Amino acid sequence: MSLRRFILKRVLLVFPILLGVSIVTFSLVKLTPGNPVQVAIGLNPDMGPQEIARLKQRYGLTQPAWKQYLNWLGDIVLHGDFGSTYGARERAVSDIIANRLPETVVLGLFGWVFALAIAIPTGIYAAVRKDELGDHVSRFVALAGISLPNFWLGLMLILVFALVLNLFPVSAPRKPLWHPATLWYLLLPGITIGTASASNLMRIMRSSMAEEMNKEYVTAARAKGLPERTVVLKHVLRNSLISVTTVAAFLTAAIVSGSVVVEQVFGWPGLGRELIAAVRNRQVDLILGITLFTGVAIILANLLADILYAVLDPRIRYD
Amino acid sequence: MSTKRGRIRITGFDTDRVTDRERLSDWREATTTGGTDGRWKRAWRRFRENRAAMLGVYTVAIMSLLALFSQKVVVAGVPVQPFAIAPYEPGEILYLQNPSLERFNPPTLAHPMGLDANGRDIFSRLLVGGRISISIGFVVVCITATIGMAYGAIAGYYGGWVDEVMMRFVDVIFAFPGLVLALVIVALLGGGYWPLVVAFTVPGWASYARLIRGEVLSVKENEYVLAAQALGARDRSVIFRHIVPNAMAPLIVQASLSIGTVVIGVAALGFLGLGFPPGTPEWGTMLNQTRSTIITGPGGTIPWWVTVFPGGAIFLFVMAMNMIGDGINDALDAQEISAAGAGGAE
Repeated sequence: MSLRRFILKRVLLVFPILLGVSIVTFSLVKLTPGNPVQVAIGLNPDMGPQEIARLKQRYGLTQPAWKQYLNWLGDIVLHGDFGSTYGARERAVSDIIANRLPETVVLGLFGWVFALAIAIPTGIYAAVRKDELGDHVSRFVALAGISLPNFWLGLMLILVFALVLNLFPVSAPRKPLWHPATLWYLLLPGITIGTASASNLMRIMRSSMAEEMNKEYVTAARAKGLPERTVVLKHVLRNSLISVTTVAAFLTAAIVSGSVVVEQVFGWPGLGRELIAAVRNRQVDLILGITLFTGVAIILANLLADILYAVLDPRIRYD
Repeated sequence: MSTKRGRIRITGFDTDRVTDRERLSDWREATTTGGTDGRWKRAWRRFRENRAAMLGVYTVAIMSLLALFSQKVVVAGVPVQPFAIAPYEPGEILYLQNPSLERFNPPTLAHPMGLDANGRDIFSRLLVGGRISISIGFVVVCITATIGMAYGAIAGYYGGWVDEVMMRFVDVIFAFPGLVLALVIVALLGGGYWPLVVAFTVPGWASYARLIRGEVLSVKENEYVLAAQALGARDRSVIFRHIVPNAMAPLIVQASLSIGTVVIGVAALGFLGLGFPPGTPEWGTMLNQTRSTIITGPGGTIPWWVTVFPGGAIFLFVMAMNMIGDGINDALDAQEISAAGAGGAE
């Protein structure tokens, strides 16, 4: 299979999954108690049955569920319209997502960079020093990193670095996203969100490096007199990085999940905080929009990882 | 003998007698007759020699026992478990009885972990809270592993379009970050113990299904499966008696590593104030609101104990559980399975 055909096939496979994700999201959220009409009744209990009926008409709630679903999907696909929040102030869900997305993406990037910067060097180190003291210590630290609840880690970092040592402000500075003060503030949330991923990645890196080290090409490279450094960094590392790309998508999902909690801990105004507010206030369209959005983001991350994998390792295109 | 599937009709073949004979025959695995040990026995020995894993077992056992004996268990008026080692009631507001105490009393001998924002004894709340936090992890993993095992085994065994459709559905579940899906389900069902079990079961089973399907695909190529089929065994018994037991090792590893993930996920929802009613003695819920209390503590001091101890309990339990999981993984010699997504549910 040529690379182009592989990519085409893989891209086509995305559509049924996207459809499934939209159906699952819609049916889950539509079952949630609290639609706009109930909220309106709560605000104004004197409404008569006629007004309630008119309200239902307005929000399209008189139609059968499948029709509501098609309307909702059609609005998103054709007009980019995710609906709007209801209550005193109606805001378009697409605007909210567009406004909050940069915050979450930047936070996620901080997490990603932290995870890679920690995991790859320690993974290499642990694999090279397999079963020595350094390996045991780094594996223990990685296990602890996986076991740390991210919200607690965030609280402890605030406690130690912001409150006791006074190195960071305790709440997000009211500055633009790219202001140095904001970026400095983002260090702690970035570390919090990236720790679990760094630990996971380090464990994967270590085991894939250790596996590669036993292969014949390594013996060959050593036999021809290459320094160990070159063998590890040029030959083994390249091959084990391939397997790291397969877990990249996994880690993206972990970081998206993490952002929901970490944004709450650090008072960071991103999509995750918006989602929790939406769940608390029963803003159905907003829950739908953000959930669908994260689902699509993860599908795309998966797709990218698969394509990258096929580019890096031609063998897997022939399955 | 059912011949609906157009196989060779066998007459005079008494299935009851066959099962009888199997049980009576003195054939055993080569293991018990001396020489080499069986796979599970060997794995158990290797596990026992792993000091980190055994430390994990002891930690989990002690924490579970403390939670179990923290308060009396009374079922229908009969005390089933008469011990109560928690020194105070978890909901008791202590400064009302004892005027020398106040909110945020720092740790003392009488209250080793201090008092929380409402003047309740944190140590007692931790002990009692372990009941929810620890048990929910085991419950969810048992349910998800069972569902995922059945689902994946069926998809892998039948293959073809059945497999295709079933695994596309698994792909759909995988497209959601687990915590987001759990959050939406909690919004749907409200908080509480069983709603949380459902919330973590829905995203949780998919990884077992994918794992077992892969195992079944390779195991079903073995000759003993063909032999069982040739003997006319029903699909159900081929799957669950011949294929699944041979695909168990990676499932157990995955399950033991998932318990910690679930415990963290449940605590995360508690922390967000969505899992349980406020005031519930649950480790995550105890951390709800602590962000503001450590920042604006009473009289300019930082009440660190309110945050450190509940989170430390979660960390200690999950760490012990993951040490057990790693130990099982090494003992069964299964390939490395990552506890992907831990730290905030997968």
